[in-house]
Amino acid sequence: MNYLLMIYQNEAEVDGLNESAVKTLHADYMAYTQSIVQSGNFKAGDALQRTSAATTVRVRNGKTLTTDGPFAETREQLAGYYLVEAKDLDQAITLAARIPSAKFGSIEVRPIRVFT
Amino acid sequence: MSASAIEPVFRNEAGRVLATLIRLVGDFDLAEEGLQDAFAAAVEQWPAEGIPGNPRAWLVNVGRHKAIDRLRRRVLHRAKRGELEAEAAVAAQVSPIDERDDGFGDDMLRLIFTCCHPALGPEAQVALTLRAVCGLTTPAVARAFLVSEETMAQRLVRAKQKIREAKIPYETPEPDRLDQRVEGVLAVIYLVFTEGYAVSSGANLMREDLAREAIRLARLVDGLLPGRPAIQGLLALTLLHHARRKARTTAEGDIVLLEDQDRHLWDYTEIAEGLELVDRALGKPGHPSSYAVQAAIAALHARAPRREATDWPQIVGLYEVLLRLYPSPVVELNHAAAVSMVDGPARALDLLDALTARGTLAGYHLLPAVRADVLRRLGRREDARAAYREALALVKLEPERRLLERRLAELAEAAR
Repeated sequence: MNYLLMIYQNEAEVDGLNESAVKTLHADYMAYTQSIVQSGNFKAGDALQRTSAATTVRVRNGKTLTTDGPFAETREQLAGYYLVEAKDLDQAITLAARIPSAKFGSIEVRPIRVFT
Repeated sequence: MSASAIEPVFRNEAGRVLATLIRLVGDFDLAEEGLQDAFAAAVEQWPAEGIPGNPRAWLVNVGRHKAIDRLRRRVLHRAKRGELEAEAAVAAQVSPIDERDDGFGDDMLRLIFTCCHPALGPEAQVALTLRAVCGLTTPAVARAFLVSEETMAQRLVRAKQKIREAKIPYETPEPDRLDQRVEGVLAVIYLVFTEGYAVSSGANLMREDLAREAIRLARLVDGLLPGRPAIQGLLALTLLHHARRKARTTAEGDIVLLEDQDRHLWDYTEIAEGLELVDRALGKPGHPSSYAVQAAIAALHARAPRREATDWPQIVGLYEVLLRLYPSPVVELNHAAAVSMVDGPARALDLLDALTARGTLAGYHLLPAVRADVLRRLGRREDARAAYREALALVKLEPERRLLERRLAELAEAAR
């Protein structure tokens, strides 16, 4: 079963990290990604640009409306994701708990819907 | 044989049979349907043929076959698939009955851990546990939590949907996660018990049936995972409180406070079992669980033959242990009440005023109620009356309201 692990964290908080903390975080992410590639759980994953680079698009009455910024202003913002294969929710939760940002942000675990 | 002879068999076996059927047919709903079909078949056959020697195995076997029939019909019906496809679907989903493992205990644990999975909301965990593990009907679960049948049915449907869609495993957790998951199961049992011991609102103080279900669950979990002090502590706690049920209200349903209870009405069989469990739970090394400490407090009350013989200093000491290990404003309130019995009401009032000032218990009727009691003992009648009125504005349970009104009336009389 596939799960999307969505990484939410406070952008301002992460922007405020000092150089060595950023270095450590990057190294932790590298190590984590490598470990789930090796274990065979990794399907895809990316880090996202900040929400200041986000554009929200809606189509109403055939007209495309674009607005600056993310869909909703929240305390934590989507910062990246992993798509993983796990045998069940417990394994997906274990994988999510090991994501470095889980220590200060939060990870939303969503099963991928399969259409039959 | 009558239907009334079959009923208790169903009640006893429902949880275990369902637990095994879910593992065999791989789906909660299908297993429930198979179980209902098996009960219907039993009602037809058992009166004529007698209850089988092993009713559980009979029900599992019939339930599994009925579930297979349903699954086959469903596949055939959907998009007019052929017989072969139906057989393939059954083979892919349904496991054979394994004669080697008499794993009913393991299945029961799987069911309990699935119903109490932390990915489900606490309300859903409680509802699903009462429905699936205890075998209560949906209307009965709805009544227990004062919601409509439709609301409860929906809550159960959503919970089962999440189990299926998020693939919550039907497994006993890995050893490294077992302690944490047991905590979750105990929290569900504790919720069921407290709702049964002191209902949150309404006309009656207790829901004995719910309290009994909680004890049954705690006993079951203690049997399946023996020797765990947190489970023993919770079972002890529920037994020691439940043992006082007959003394807790008058025939008219009015509350009798612990100090005024007729101790002959206590259930000393349950007390004896509870006391032994407390000793075992506290005898293990490491930090005691919150349940074990609470049970130890209940044990001190249970051991006192008269209220004057209550060991209040030790009770205060145990509340201080609780405050250190598991701090909470409700424990602080109970601690203050116990302090009033050792150091007097003035010292307790200081603690209560500090607690009130922090505002964490705002809206909880027992805070002004305890404060009123302490003020009354200090002879501060006007302040006590004001506190009783404050508590009355917050109380939701009828017998508690009557108790507070009685106290208020006594104060008015004494003033005259």
